[in-house]
Amino acid sequence: MSGQKPGWRELPRGAVSYKSSTEYETGDWGVENPDIDRSKCTKCMLCHFYCPEGAIKVREDGFTEVDLRYCKGCGICAEECPVSCITMVRKK
Amino acid sequence: MYYDGEEEMMQKQILMGMNGDEAVAYATKQVNPDVVAAYPITPQTIIVERFSEYVADGLVDTEFVAVESEHSALSNCIGAAAAGARAFTATAANGLALMWEMTYIAASLRLPIVMAIVNRALSGPINIHNDHSDSMGARDSGWIQIYCENSQEVYDACIAAWRMGEHPDVQLPVMVCLDGFTLSHTMENVLTIPDEEVREFIGERKFITVRGHMGETEFRLNPEIPLTMGPLDLQDFYFEHKLQQVEAMRLALKAIPEVDAEYAKISGRRYGMLHPYRMEDAEVAIIGMGSTMGTVMHMVDELRAEGVKAGMIKMRVFRPFPTEELIDIIGDVPVVGVLDKAASFGAPGGPLYEEIKTTFYDEAKRPLVADFIYGLGGRDASPTLIKGVYKSLEEISSKGEVAEKVSYVGVRG
Repeated sequence: MSGQKPGWRELPRGAVSYKSSTEYETGDWGVENPDIDRSKCTKCMLCHFYCPEGAIKVREDGFTEVDLRYCKGCGICAEECPVSCITMVRKK
Repeated sequence: MYYDGEEEMMQKQILMGMNGDEAVAYATKQVNPDVVAAYPITPQTIIVERFSEYVADGLVDTEFVAVESEHSALSNCIGAAAAGARAFTATAANGLALMWEMTYIAASLRLPIVMAIVNRALSGPINIHNDHSDSMGARDSGWIQIYCENSQEVYDACIAAWRMGEHPDVQLPVMVCLDGFTLSHTMENVLTIPDEEVREFIGERKFITVRGHMGETEFRLNPEIPLTMGPLDLQDFYFEHKLQQVEAMRLALKAIPEVDAEYAKISGRRYGMLHPYRMEDAEVAIIGMGSTMGTVMHMVDELRAEGVKAGMIKMRVFRPFPTEELIDIIGDVPVVGVLDKAASFGAPGGPLYEEIKTTFYDEAKRPLVADFIYGLGGRDASPTLIKGVYKSLEEISSKGEVAEKVSYVGVRG
């Protein structure tokens, strides 16, 4: 989580989440990012359904796109893609 | 007892014959909580049986949930309390042991549940009688713990506990502990307050305000303004949340006497964290918890008549531990014996002994302290046994040292 974290006096009691999980960006956890080769993609959307983080969206044009703010780099999309159009690329 | 109320106040109260279990059930009937969840079979006591009769007879508005285990009973109360309900449950011994993980969750989610614990020995071997091994094991779970001497105290604590736990500075669950059989199954006279006065004292549950992910809201689950309570809380937040619990207990030290003072106004019975008896000029004193302290008080009078300067302190509130008040009350008393009704295997002594020794370590003026572990598995704590403890304390006094730091009294050698 980015930014200054609140101290115990500021935090809400009852271990209540003071931020939505959408603000909790887990994209910096992994070591690899998926790279989609859209020339091979058949728009089957399986990567969208398999992504355990819900980080793969379906665009207007039917192609999928990875939201790197949340992608943990698990590689399930690359593993499940029936035409092997997703490759995992090591982060720089 | 500690009556300091008006005659008129007493006249409004009805004297009832009740055992400790019934005193819990009756007080809870008057409180009329929203939810009672309980596992109805052994080691459960008469408490929820009697309360379920109130439900069946339409005398309360409570949703009674007969669950399949104590783990579920407390889980159910946690859910209900998170949704804003007043939730109550009762258990004993192994039932509390089965609740274990949920006791920590109730406290860390800051849910002011009230739970009656009928103190019974933990198996094994199988034993259903009284000692404090069950609730002493739960002393670090983050609950306020009140230990009662008699059924009157049980009744009063089961009303006042709601206000203590729900105090805005506190927001913690409360265990009201009563000795199995000695209190739970023994008929006593209990003065009861009229229903409407209990209702007025208890009022509606008030909620603190928290800042959730949707903004400021009452601390209760509400689909309009959703809250997430107690999700994954790792190295970066858990420690802060534990500190909040430490702080809540510290503030409870102030809040509990406030509630006790208010309760005295409607009951005429004024309770404290600690109850000293003939301590002012005492040369030997006993400190302990629960029903045994009635026997100790009797023995203090008997010994005083014989010329022994005996005193005693009954510890009513064990969590939060009233350290400063204890130092104050013990004052100049040179020899203190601790009665522990639980053993901590491999520890330097019983749980109460350890805390009392810790309390005095930094004090320039400190008494000689000896631990007496007694009554395990319901072994009788007779007046003779208590007299023997005072005799040991007098020996310590004359020798000026504690030869045996921890003794086990009432056990066959």
